[in-house]
Amino acid sequence: MAECGASGSGSSGDSLDKSITLPPDEIFRNLENAKRFAIDIGGSLTKLAYYSTVQHKVARVRSFDYSGKDTEQDHEPPYEVSVQEEVTARLHFVKFENTYIEACLDFIKDHLVSTETKVIQATGGGAYRFKDLIEEKLQLRVDKEDVMTCLIKGCNFVLKNIPHEAFVYQKDSDPEFRFQTNHPNIFPYLLVNIGSGVSIVKVETEDRFEWIGGSSIGGGTFWGLGALLTKTKKFDELLHLASKGQHRNVDMLVQDIYGGAHQTLGLGGSLIASSFGKSAMADREFSKEDMAKSLLHMISNDIGQLACLYARLHALDRVYFGGFFIRGHPVTMRTITYSINFFSKGEVQALFLRHEGYLGAIGAFLKGAEQDNPNQYSWGENYAGSSGLMSSSPELCPTQRARSGTFDLLEMDRLERPLVNLPLLLDPSSYVPDTVDLTDDAPARKYWLTCFEEALDGVVKRAVASQPGSADAAERAEKFRQKYWGKLQTLRHQPFAYGTLTVRSLLDTREHCLNEFNFPDPYSKVKQKENGVALKCFPRVIRCLDALGWEERQLALVKGLLAGNVFDWGAKAVSDVLESDPQFGFEEAKMKLQERPWLVDSYSKWLQRLKGPPHKCALIFADNSGIDVILGVFPFVRELLSRGTEVILACNSGPALNDVTYCESLIVAERIAAMDPVVHSALREERLLLTQTGSSSPCLDLSRLDKGLAVLVRERGADLVVIEGMGRAVHTNYHAALRCESLKLAVIKNSWLAERLGGRLFSVIFKYEVPAE
Amino acid sequence: MLKLVGGGGGQHWACSVAGTGLGGKEAAFEVARPGDQREAGCGGPGWGSAGIPDSAQGAGMLPAGAAGRARGRQSAEERGEPVGEGEERRARHPPAPALRLLNRKPQGGSGEIKTPENDLQRGRLNPGPRAAAPAPGMGDRGGRPEHSATHAPGAPADTGAAAVNGLLHNGFHPPPVQPPRLCNRGPAGGGEAAPPRLPLLPELQPQPPPPQHDSPAKKCRLRRRMDSGRKNRPPFPWFGMDIGGTLVKLVYFEPKDITAEEEQEEVENLKSIRKYLTSNTAYGKTGIRDVHLELKNLTMCGRKGNLHFIRFPSCAMHRFIQMGSEKNFSSLHTTLCATGGGAFKFEKDFRMIADLQLHKLDELDCLIQGLLYVDSVGFNGKPECYYFENPTNPDLCQKKPYCLDNPYPMLLVNMGSGVSILAVYSKDNYKRVTGTSLGGGTFLGLCCLLTGCETFEEALEMAAKGDSTNVDKLVKDIYGGDYERFGLQGSAVASSFGNMMSKEKRDSISKEDLARATLVTITNNIGSIARMCALNENIDRVVFVGNFLRINMVSMKLLAYAMDFWSKGQLKALFLEHEGYFGAVGALLELFKMTDDQ
Repeated sequence: MAECGASGSGSSGDSLDKSITLPPDEIFRNLENAKRFAIDIGGSLTKLAYYSTVQHKVARVRSFDYSGKDTEQDHEPPYEVSVQEEVTARLHFVKFENTYIEACLDFIKDHLVSTETKVIQATGGGAYRFKDLIEEKLQLRVDKEDVMTCLIKGCNFVLKNIPHEAFVYQKDSDPEFRFQTNHPNIFPYLLVNIGSGVSIVKVETEDRFEWIGGSSIGGGTFWGLGALLTKTKKFDELLHLASKGQHRNVDMLVQDIYGGAHQTLGLGGSLIASSFGKSAMADREFSKEDMAKSLLHMISNDIGQLACLYARLHALDRVYFGGFFIRGHPVTMRTITYSINFFSKGEVQALFLRHEGYLGAIGAFLKGAEQDNPNQYSWGENYAGSSGLMSSSPELCPTQRARSGTFDLLEMDRLERPLVNLPLLLDPSSYVPDTVDLTDDAPARKYWLTCFEEALDGVVKRAVASQPGSADAAERAEKFRQKYWGKLQTLRHQPFAYGTLTVRSLLDTREHCLNEFNFPDPYSKVKQKENGVALKCFPRVIRCLDALGWEERQLALVKGLLAGNVFDWGAKAVSDVLESDPQFGFEEAKMKLQERPWLVDSYSKWLQRLKGPPHKCALIFADNSGIDVILGVFPFVRELLSRGTEVILACNSGPALNDVTYCESLIVAERIAAMDPVVHSALREERLLLTQTGSSSPCLDLSRLDKGLAVLVRERGADLVVIEGMGRAVHTNYHAALRCESLKLAVIKNSWLAERLGGRLFSVIFKYEVPAE
Repeated sequence: MLKLVGGGGGQHWACSVAGTGLGGKEAAFEVARPGDQREAGCGGPGWGSAGIPDSAQGAGMLPAGAAGRARGRQSAEERGEPVGEGEERRARHPPAPALRLLNRKPQGGSGEIKTPENDLQRGRLNPGPRAAAPAPGMGDRGGRPEHSATHAPGAPADTGAAAVNGLLHNGFHPPPVQPPRLCNRGPAGGGEAAPPRLPLLPELQPQPPPPQHDSPAKKCRLRRRMDSGRKNRPPFPWFGMDIGGTLVKLVYFEPKDITAEEEQEEVENLKSIRKYLTSNTAYGKTGIRDVHLELKNLTMCGRKGNLHFIRFPSCAMHRFIQMGSEKNFSSLHTTLCATGGGAFKFEKDFRMIADLQLHKLDELDCLIQGLLYVDSVGFNGKPECYYFENPTNPDLCQKKPYCLDNPYPMLLVNMGSGVSILAVYSKDNYKRVTGTSLGGGTFLGLCCLLTGCETFEEALEMAAKGDSTNVDKLVKDIYGGDYERFGLQGSAVASSFGNMMSKEKRDSISKEDLARATLVTITNNIGSIARMCALNENIDRVVFVGNFLRINMVSMKLLAYAMDFWSKGQLKALFLEHEGYFGAVGALLELFKMTDDQ
């Protein structure tokens, strides 16, 4: 009743296969710096976790030492860009079949450069069987960790750190997975772990959980009984059989007892009255498929029923399912979901986890790493290094399924600072960053996937160009192309592979892939140049603005913000222009803008508001480097400061496209301060604060922001949020509801999107919202 | 419903003779003493073939949620189908919680002591809507055997006697037909049921004579048979039937107080049925009379006799119907009260092939009423109900009688082909809590597939010899010992059939072990679900019935153990000697009530 962690003693685990040839460097990545190991050995699968540092290149910007006269020189860049090595922490998880365990241990032994690690945390039902082998091969002492503790720790970890970790299964919808946004409070919940048996655990807090029950009818029953009935040895084959069978040939249904004419006696005629009831009566052969299906129904229904009974007894409505019985198998998820809905009459929600196979390993690792306080950090799934959820239909994508059956990877980057909700979110539990769910919206999905495919050449070119001195840049860029192309193809077939597919996830995946091949900031040079150019224009722009009357100036400031926002290398329509016409400037951009009334236009309301009392503090999320931030955002900031409003300017922590990074913003602000007394004094008096968002994405997830930013927002009592740019205000947050006034502005630089929104290229979104009292 | 489809066809009447029996106690059920001798049998037709005795009716439906939904009555009405059924069932609404049992203290929520007078009073004071209409085919009173049928307006001709009303004779209240089915959670009083429809007193009604188109001789016999009842009794033979998914349960009342005159009048058909049934213990290849369960010297409906318990596989149902046809059973003008899904499934066959109209009854009603009745009369002087003392200690564990005089609330777990779980709060207030499809049918089905066995007996015999720990993976197989953190003993089953994941172990396992593991798996699972239901419903007595428990001491002890162990002694598992027959008994009781109603 208690077995967990995808356990179950498989027959396969007993004979070790040493002959396999691993593509090991692709699987056990960054092994040379690995420290802290944990292993979860289940009945058929082993999950190895290790913590490693990853050395990769980062673009650093450093301010020159200005003596004042440099600014006069036209061709000097405003700051220095250098690529440096940086070490970051990453958690690696590798899942493979037990047959490979010895080969894997050998590989680890050979490649593990000396490490201080002396212990390996082990969990899972199979841990003790391989104890000696592990100790001998790795020269590490095996510390056994409690299976359930590991499982719960792992579950809490993924629920908190991985967006779109949990999903519900919806039959007959395309795709069948519906991902859940992360609820800020994940407790309490019920975890039903279906290993060879079933464990039902109530989890109340991070550390408090209780085993409240179990059942011996679980995955092992399906496997064992299935093997006896069908002579089919492998678990996956059994499931495959089940997916083709007709259970009504074996089960006694209500209508078999009541007769066809009376099938609506209050009990639907097709309901199962007695599992395998027909096999006792009919003197005939039953097909393997039918028996497997009947068995699957029997076990899934039983587990669902027990889960509901326990959920009801403990008044819980969220039940997460884990364990090898689930392992992403749609047919199992379907039957369990059906059962839960049936028995709870919809009151209990059956939730599945993208990384359920890793829970034990993650938990074991966290147990071993307690002194490193892993819970202090936030973690992010690295899309480049993770395999993603496998296909729902094995027929559709057999290679993917086969591959994930052998080696499956999950990588999580440790973020140096914890991420939290923006305190100004109206309802954090219902906040969904993304505007369009591409898993849902097939035409949009097709468009965007194609769009990203078409843009790939340009990105590769840009990446190579960004590292002129590097001999292998072209080679790495090509690898990047292949990797990202592969991801896009995977997503075409399995849009749910990394959770809900969105424009944001496509962009983030691209950033992860670029980083993977050491293109940390392909736009650094472009940004450097554009910042230099824009800084030179700044005084003139300010002079022009200051010459205007108040009301004219307000419109000019907004137009400036919008025109600046045209300069977006991420937008194909713009990057084409920028590539071909280097002279394209601020004024040209203004010409491109749609005339008022804009596509979404609440400018009058905004103007009215400006006539009222100043805001206390504005939080502004900046978008692009160069003209956007310097000639669009800073004049706007300056105006707010003049009104007596404090400003928090939040920029990305890491590079993404040509978005301005926090480091760049510091230099830019410094340079502007040197030219402008308003900005200068505001910086000095801390009325203008620069901060980082904690993100390296061209989009914005307000539920995962740097904790420092959140603290600042609270301290300063921010009462206005300005979100700028297509990525942050349209692809994401367009519908975000805040507790304070908000301004979302963007220029639609994509004709498809413009058309969708009912406008045309360079339509303007100006959305000023005041929360209802 | 009494329907006589005699030679001429279309004769509908109710046979009941109106009543003197509005009596009190003396007419109530009681166990009568002597009268036992068995008559020599005459052979009879076979009962069917090649069947596998198995568990009871398919009451256990997987769907829990279905419990509260429309029941047969509603759906039949909704679909405007057999109107007669709908009528008839509606008519059975009792005035109040019914089925008064001898020597049973008044119980249940109302606190009102039910007496016939009481109900009579109500009937007079509150004539319900139905009382206004002349009851068609109403049983005649004072022995007026023949009269033309009058039908209730709108009632289809062939449902003649449908509009009957609950009234008591012979000390019976009609049982609640549709006691409040609670679909919501938690106990609820019975008070929220629809206002009871009121009984129509036959005495006060014009009694139309039954239609008569038969030959004078037949008429005469018929009259005599009617007269022989003298009280408001159905004509013999008295059967109650429960047609389950796997097994048909039949109870037959054998009158032992037949007078010489009666004997003379007894039609051959009837006599041969009586002799056939009582002089054999096996019928055909698969019919079996459970002699050890026979209730002797029972007084039912004012007659003394023995109650016989017979079962045969549902797959022999067609043979049974065929036999009914061949033996011209319909000429006996009796009503066949039947419950279980088969009552619906085979209704048409009964009508078309054997010219018999089934009186279909709700299986859960029948189960509960039958159970309460059998418990109240006891098992030939011994208690019907028992439990196991020291269930967690195999050496000290032994069967002990249990007094179920005050049975409420109880969780009733009916284990047939599937399993139904009911929470019973009073005799007419219960709800179906849930059910599982893993029941007796699953045990036998899997056993047949795994071991090649063919019968329940075979399967159990193998199971008795087997060792499930070779098949199941135990906690200690995984953890090397107890899993202390969760207080799980090493000997607990972690994964049923878990060892069968390994080919080596699959190849080395015996059929007996597999049978045992199947039995243990199914039993423990039922125990686990029942325990959770008991907790959720806050009930501490769990009564296990159904033919899954027949000759199945392994399961009973396992259930007793599981209830006790996992609840730390808070839950008690109870069992009843007549395991699977309560539905059939309940159906028989309905026969009497129906008659009363007329």
